[in-house]
Order: sequence, then C-alpha cells, then structure tokens
Amino acid sequence: MNALHPDVMNRPTTSGRSMVEVNNLSLIFEANDAPVHALSEINLTIHKGDFVSFIGPSGCGKTTLLRVIADLEQATSGEIKVGGTSPNDARLNRMYGYVFQAPALFPWRTIRSNCALPMEISAQSKTHQHAQIDKYLQMVGLQDFHNKFPWQLSGGMQQRASIARALCLEPELLLMDEPFGALDEITRDHLNIELLKIWEATGKTLVFVTHSIPEAVLLSTHIVVMSPRPGRIVKVIESPLPRHKTLALRDTDAFHALASEIRQALAEDHQLD
Amino acid sequence: MNTRILTLAALVCVCLQSVLVFQLPIGFYQQRFWLLLLALAVMACVYLMQRLANITSSRSAGAKFSQLLVPALFGFMVLMLWEAIVRGFNVPLVLMPAPSRIMSTLLNNLPTLWADFQQTYLKAVIAGYLMGCGLGFVTAKWVVRSPFLQKGLLPLGNFMASIPIIGIAPIMVMWFGFDWQSKAAVVVIMTFFPMLINTLAGLKSVDPLHADLMHTYAAGKSQIFFKSQLPQAMPFIFNALKLNSTLALIGAIVAEFFGTPIVGMGFRISAEVGRMNMDMVWATIFVAALAGSLSYGALALLERWVTFWHPSIRDKRS
Ligand SMILES: Nc1ncnc2c1ncn2[C@@H]1O[C@H](COP(=O)(O)OP(=O)(O)O)[C@@H](O)[C@H]1O
Ligand SMILES: [Mg+2]
Repeated sequence: MNALHPDVMNRPTTSGRSMVEVNNLSLIFEANDAPVHALSEINLTIHKGDFVSFIGPSGCGKTTLLRVIADLEQATSGEIKVGGTSPNDARLNRMYGYVFQAPALFPWRTIRSNCALPMEISAQSKTHQHAQIDKYLQMVGLQDFHNKFPWQLSGGMQQRASIARALCLEPELLLMDEPFGALDEITRDHLNIELLKIWEATGKTLVFVTHSIPEAVLLSTHIVVMSPRPGRIVKVIESPLPRHKTLALRDTDAFHALASEIRQALAEDHQLD
Repeated sequence: MNTRILTLAALVCVCLQSVLVFQLPIGFYQQRFWLLLLALAVMACVYLMQRLANITSSRSAGAKFSQLLVPALFGFMVLMLWEAIVRGFNVPLVLMPAPSRIMSTLLNNLPTLWADFQQTYLKAVIAGYLMGCGLGFVTAKWVVRSPFLQKGLLPLGNFMASIPIIGIAPIMVMWFGFDWQSKAAVVVIMTFFPMLINTLAGLKSVDPLHADLMHTYAAGKSQIFFKSQLPQAMPFIFNALKLNSTLALIGAIVAEFFGTPIVGMGFRISAEVGRMNMDMVWATIFVAALAGSLSYGALALLERWVTFWHPSIRDKRS
C-alpha cells in the first residue's frame, strides 16, 4: 500500500501520489528589529497515506510550516503544492482539516453546533452533519456532552471537541498542531490509538506536530526532525515499524531504537549551535 | 421562617412610618415625640433590611424573595423620608414637591404627559435611536476592513462626541424644523459615534485563531461576518445600545429647550419651570426616568439572552 521512498528530501517534483510537495521553501517574518528566518530552504515530499510527524524544539518552525501548507502563511520564496495545486486552491477545495494548538471553539455554540460549523459552511445536508457529529463525538468520548457549551467543559475535553470538529469533515489531508499537548497521558494514549484507527481505515494523509518523541514514534511513518535559527529540516527518518500499530509496540526494541535515533538527531543538531 | 418574621416586622415599621408621615399636621418637625417615633421606625426598618439582605447572601430559600423585597422596601422608605422632610419642614412647592403631590399631579395630567411622551419618546427618541445606532453599525461594518478610513473617522468621531448638544440643537432646529425631526437628528448625532466605535472594537475583537479557522474553512465574507464577527461583537454592541438609550433621552429632552411645538417632555419642563409649576416638572422627570430605566432594563435583559456565553454573564448565572 505504501511503497518505501528512501530519498524523501530533494526528490524531484511531479508524482501522482504526492500530497504535499515543498521545494526550496523559505519564509522570513519581518519583525521590528531583525528579520526572523522561520523556515529556511525546506524540501519535503509527503505522499498520500503517509503519517508524517514534525518534531523539534520550539521556535524551529513546525507551526509555520503547517500554516504554509494550510495557506495561512505565504512563503517568501520557493514553491509548494498541496494535492497537486496551490495551497490556496487546496483550501478553497476544502481538501484539508486543521486542528490548532488551542481548541478555538466558539463559546456561543454548543459542542454539537461547533462541530457542525465547517459542514454548515460547506453546505452539507443536516442529516449528514448529525451522523458525522455523532460518530466522531463518540470516538473522542464526548457523546454525552454534545449539548454543553465549550466553557462548561475542561480544556482537554475542548481540545477533543476541536479534533472531532476537524474529523467530521473527513478531509483528504489532516493537519494537526500539537493536538494532544494539553491532554493527560491516558486520554492521549486513547486518542493516539483512535487516530491510528481512523488513519488505517481511511488512508488519509496526516501531518502531525508533536513535542513527544514516543508519540512521534508510535504514530508516524515518517518523522521530520527540525531545528531552529534558521528553521530547517535536519533529517527525515522513515519508520521501520509496521503500519498497523498497537500500544504494546512501545515495549519493543525497534521502538526504542527509532526513539533513540530521533533523540540523537535532535541532540547532534544542538551541538552545532 | 426567620425571613417571614423579619419581613412582617419590616412591613409594620414601614406602615408606621407612612401613617406618621401622612397623619401628622404639616410642619410637624417641632413635635419631639412624633419625630422620635418616626426616627425609631426608620432605624428599625434599616436594621431589619440589613438582616434581610444578609439572607440574600446566604443561599437559603428566602434569598430570592428578599432579593426583591429589600430594594422595594428601600425605595419606599426613601420616598417616605422625602415625604416626611417636605411635610415636616413645610418645604415650599417651588423648592421641592412631596412624592404624593408629584403622583397626584401625574395622575391628574395623564393625557398631557402621554402626549409629551409620544412626541419626545415614541417619535424623536425611537426614530433617532434606531437611525443613529443603525448608521453607526453599518458604518463600522463598512470601515472595519479599511485602516485608512478608521484612522480618518475616529478622531472625527472624538471631535463630534465632544460637541455639546447645546451647540448642535439650535442648528438642527434650523435644518429640520421645530417638530420632532430636528430632535431625532440630535439623537442621531449623539448615538452614532458610540455605536460606531463600540461596534468597530467588537468586530476587531475576533480571536485571530477564529479568523484562521474560518479561513481554513474557506468561508465566504458573509459567513465570516454572521458566524464569527457579529456574535463576537455582540457584548460591545450591547454596551453601545445601553449607553445610547440614556444619551438619546437626554438629547431629545434638551434639544426641545431650543424650539419646539407646544408639546414634548423638554418643552413641558421649560414651560412649567417658567410658571413655577414644579410638581408638573417633577412629574415629567418621573416619566422620563421611568421610560429611561424601562428601556435600559429591557436592553439589559435582551443582552443577557443574546450574549449568555460571555464570561461576565455566564458567571452571574451559575
Ligand atoms: N507572525 C509571526 N511574526 C513574527 N515571527 C513569527 C511569527 N510566527 C512565528 N514567528 C517566529 O518564527 C519562528 C518559528 O515559529 P513557530 O513556527 O511557531 O515554531 P514552533 O511551532 O516550532 O514552536 C519563531 O522564532 C517565532 O518567533
Ligand atoms: Mg508551534
């Protein structure tokens, strides 16, 4: 299903199977004092069906790269294609869903109505909306809270609601910026497994930002290790682990080997600093 | 149980006050005994109300009841004190009429007061308020995307807001004639900028994350406005609506001092002051205060219903 592609970086463009193609992309924020090189000469190909994690210390441009893919930031130079088109067209075609670091729910809407918002905007039928919402609220464990307002729920529950909201759209490409960062470990494990299930069942492409090495190892087919000042990709590691994963995988040698490879890549880069 | 006894005692004290105030001869302040009794009744009532107010803060069954009772009793007592002072010291009518006198004047002149109310409130205030607030809102929606227009309009707004009504009212009379239209114009000018500035601030208070979210949904301009910006701006808009309801009434009444047909609340006040009919002046003021607080209260209720989600309101609820 997912053939190996060892040379992920610097791969020439045009492949029917690629979901995101980034070529020599740089992004400079013009701050007051000095320009910030948030992204510097990024090359990356994400294939359809991949589960790609961005990992790296804060300030290395993970969020910025995700926002460029989502057409929320414009690159200063270089090019990017999402689903074979520009990020703008991909956005207008509602090709992707985005889960922000904070829940970003609307306080005047119930959880159900918050989840319905993107489907309202893309004018989907009411019955379809309700079916989707029931399905995904069940998945994140919020079925009993669908008529509550966001401010009546804990921060973790709000974040789960925002994940359900993105899942309801069933987009080709799901962009998630540290979605589980605010959750307790038990909920996090549960949602990791649910996310893997969705991904396996649907063959969607996932791009996932995380701070946690175990989480990156558990979830990903590819791990993109990044480094700050200027924000760049240090290494892209392809996971040797099987696509079908369970929590038990975390106790295997292969898991630990991959985790230490990531740790090393992160550390090596720090010595250069 | 406790609440009931306290309530009963407070009612008895209030009744005693009323009886004393209305039965004693005018100018009774020299009659030591009755004065002392009156003072005692007032003090007892204050004490009882304090006890009742404490019940409000504890969460017993009588809390809701005493929450309504205490302000009602308090209001009534203030009126009684006023009545007592006017009667006790035999204050001349031109200085200060007693509440009972104001009430009887009010009831005897209902048709006149109703005509004034219609002219000033139902015509000038409502028309001016709707137009001023509506124009302010539409302008805010229009300039919110243009920093250039905002920079140009806001200083102009501050400048306009600092022009006294005394200055513009005669000009509006010259432009729009003596009838209610010129008063409505004054109200439009007074309410326009508070609405503009508040709506602008509200529309700009949208969480950047919510804006990004709507962008990723590829939402259209009107979807963004109705589903994100407008609900977010509602608390600001209601602030302006409440503020403007007060401003509009003041504006319309004061504007009538500068030329009007022989009807209207502002006209009534200036005319009756000239004739030393202070009870009629006070009756008109009472109507204005009643209309003002009722419209403010209605707006506050509507606000609670529309912006139930806002922290300042949802905290009060729970
Ligand atoms: N809108 C912005 N304006 C200026 N600088 C920014 C902006 N957004 C991000 N940056 C800077 O770009 C760099 C990368 O940020 P970010 O992508 O948020 O990092 P990460 O998500 O990996 O923690 C940081 O140095 C940050 O301060
Ligand atoms: Mg980030």
